[in-house]
Amino acid sequence: MRIRTLFFASYKELVGTGELWLDLPAGSTVSDAVREIRGKGRGFDILPDEPAVAVNRTYAAAAHPLAEGDELAFIPPVAGG
Amino acid sequence: MIFTAITSDPIDTAGVLAKVGHAEDGAVLLFLGVVRDHNDGRPVSGVGYEAYAEMAEGVLAELAAEAAERLTTDRIAVIHRVGELGIGEASVAIAVSSPHRAEAYEASRYVIEEIKKRLPVWKHERYSDGTTDWVEGRRPEPASPEGTRA
Repeated sequence: MRIRTLFFASYKELVGTGELWLDLPAGSTVSDAVREIRGKGRGFDILPDEPAVAVNRTYAAAAHPLAEGDELAFIPPVAGG
Repeated sequence: MIFTAITSDPIDTAGVLAKVGHAEDGAVLLFLGVVRDHNDGRPVSGVGYEAYAEMAEGVLAELAAEAAERLTTDRIAVIHRVGELGIGEASVAIAVSSPHRAEAYEASRYVIEEIKKRLPVWKHERYSDGTTDWVEGRRPEPASPEGTRA
C-alpha cells in the first residue's frame, strides 16, 4: 500500500522535503512507517525513533494501523500561541 | 457561535471581540498573544509561524468546543496567525463572553493552554544578529483517549 508522509518545520529542514510517498506492506503500523522513513538515510535517520504523529489529521499512537492512502504527519514539538 | 480560524492575515482584534457578547453576558474577555522583542535573553526582531493548517483548523475547533463547555456559552472566537510577524503583532486572539467572569477567565485560559499543548504550529525566531532558530516546543499532548503517545 501507499501512504503519504508529511514533514513540518524543523523536521522538514532535517529531511529536505515536506512530503514523501511511502510503499509499505499491508498491515503496517505507524511504527513500521517510522522505521522505514528513518532508514532512508541522511537527515531521516536523525528523526526521533518515537516521534509524535498524526494519521489523517488526528494524533495517533505508534501501534495505529495504516491503510492505503493514509496521510501520516510527523509532528515536531509544538510551539503555537 | 463558536468561531475559529488559522489565517495569514493580520488579526483584526476589534473584529474578534465583536464576534462575542450577548445581552445576558456580564463578562467579555479578549486575550492577545503578541510577539515580544526578546526570548531567553536574546533580542528578537520578528517571528514566523508555520502550521499544519488542515489539522490545526480541526484541533482549534475541537479545543474551542471544549472551552465552550467551561464557558457555559458558545460565544467564543479564536484566531491563530501564521506567516511572518513583527514585534507587537498579535499571533493569537481569544475572545469569550459569559454571564459571569469566572467562567470567562477559565475558558480563555483553557484555550491558550491547550493551544500550547496540542496545536500543530511551530515558531521560527529571527534574532537581531541576523540568525534564526526554531523555538523549542513541547511534545504534543493529544486530548482524545485514542491519541496516546506514539
